Amino acid sequence: MIYRGNNVGARCGVPVRIIIIMNKKRYYFDYAATTPVDQRVVVAMEPYWFKKYGNPSGLYFEGRLAKQVLDECRQKVAQLINADSDEVIFTSGGSESNNLAITGVLAAVNNQGKIIVSAIEHKSILNVAKYWQQRGVTVEFCPVLSSGLVDEKKLAGMIDKKTILVSIIYANNEIGVVQDISRIGRIIKKHNPKTYFHTDACQAMNYLDIDVKKLGVDLLTFNGSKIYGPKGVGGLYAKKGVRMEPLIMGGGQERGWRAGTENIPLIVGMTEAMVIARRICGAEAKRVVWLRDKIISRVLKDIPDVVLNGDKNKRLANNVNISVAGAEGESLLLYLDEAGIAVSTGSACSASDLDPSHVLLAIGQDKALAHGSLRITLGRWSGEAGVDYLLSVLPKIVERVRQMSAVNN
Amino acid sequence: MNKVSKKNDGVGWVYSDIVKEHFIHPRHFVTGEQPEWEFNGVGEIGSPACGDVMRIWVRIEKGRITNIGWKTFGCASAIASTSILSEMVVGSGGMEINQAKKITAKDIVKALGGLPSQKIHCSVLGDQALKKAIDDYEKKKNKKL
Repeated sequence: MIYRGNNVGARCGVPVRIIIIMNKKRYYFDYAATTPVDQRVVVAMEPYWFKKYGNPSGLYFEGRLAKQVLDECRQKVAQLINADSDEVIFTSGGSESNNLAITGVLAAVNNQGKIIVSAIEHKSILNVAKYWQQRGVTVEFCPVLSSGLVDEKKLAGMIDKKTILVSIIYANNEIGVVQDISRIGRIIKKHNPKTYFHTDACQAMNYLDIDVKKLGVDLLTFNGSKIYGPKGVGGLYAKKGVRMEPLIMGGGQERGWRAGTENIPLIVGMTEAMVIARRICGAEAKRVVWLRDKIISRVLKDIPDVVLNGDKNKRLANNVNISVAGAEGESLLLYLDEAGIAVSTGSACSASDLDPSHVLLAIGQDKALAHGSLRITLGRWSGEAGVDYLLSVLPKIVERVRQMSAVNN
Repeated sequence: MNKVSKKNDGVGWVYSDIVKEHFIHPRHFVTGEQPEWEFNGVGEIGSPACGDVMRIWVRIEKGRITNIGWKTFGCASAIASTSILSEMVVGSGGMEINQAKKITAKDIVKALGGLPSQKIHCSVLGDQALKKAIDDYEKKKNKKL
């Protein structure tokens, strides 16, 4: 009986509830922050909360059932990224996978050796790298060009005998710049075949090629919450032979690399989300790219003194990132929120420190302009009506904020 | 800080209702390059690189601030704090300048019903801009004498 009730709740889903509470229409343009869970994913997860709840380590029927599902998920995920199933480690999310890649590889060599990360990595790489730098590890930050693309020449010059790991984000979460991962991989291996290459592919999973062999990576991070799967679950591909220590020690789950009872419902959810994402990848990219380009061209045309951040062509299909001169990002964001639109900003006011986005500073943007940045990201439920509404509202809000602004643009 | 909106409807603002009200409906802000009315003091503080710049114009007559106008480049709390300051100053027939000089960031935060702690240092600069505007007025007055 309880089970049936849960089922109904699950089918009603979160979006319906939000609409009832808010009682006004919302337009979501922050798919890079997180995505709603696809209803097919919710349905796939459903049996694993109450009916099939076993611990995969158990030798009895319930345990074996859970183990079977876990193995199936691992196999499916491995297949999608062209890996073997014993190269997939399930974690609690993108941040944990990134932490494991850096700290785990460093620990395996007793923190002896150099690591290189790009200047535009996600905070869960950047802050781990800085943490180890403060504790004596040699860390170098690879600069990017004004387009946001990694300065490959400089990177080549940085790699030496001691370099044990290079980490470059596949598609940047803020400005959507897509790196040529396979070419960067070849550069790394040419200069030191022993250096491990890690890429954070959380944002890439929905739209880009994620064949680990083609990409030439040794480690690859992915997660559930950016691909219409559940939050709190992710994965790390670790090529056979990669030497790495665990972050979480205990019962030796995930072949010793990640202790803790495997979270079967979330792993099932992420797997289903990944299957769907990869199946519709091409068509979805084509659909949102059209909306993206409409936003970019209209915003640049309709609003004076706006710049597009990140390379125009080598960018994620769903990402628009602009800086609005003379307007502060948090103000723009909150006026847009009042108008029913959700976007994000790289303004300092969104962070705990006073500096604007490290990504915008890394591409050479001055701080004043970076404070006026807005990220608009599209997704599976973005349509032309929403985009048109955004395009009708944004110029008015920019005008209002600029009118109030004490900075002339 | 307990006044910071934490309503349990899951959709409460980071800011208090007073901040929200002043952000959505800011008082006394100047739309053009400078106020259309005659001012006799102006002060500015902050830098665009830090993400907050405030400019305040005042009209001072017989030791009282009779009119105020402002422009702010900054986040919601920066806009709201300048807005509420302008109301504090010209409400009830205009504040005496000696009293206005005594307004602190703390007073503004209190009037706003609290602010998230990381916002206070960066966004509440209106008191300093106001002091500069009054100084500007006094300097001009002393020159004339």
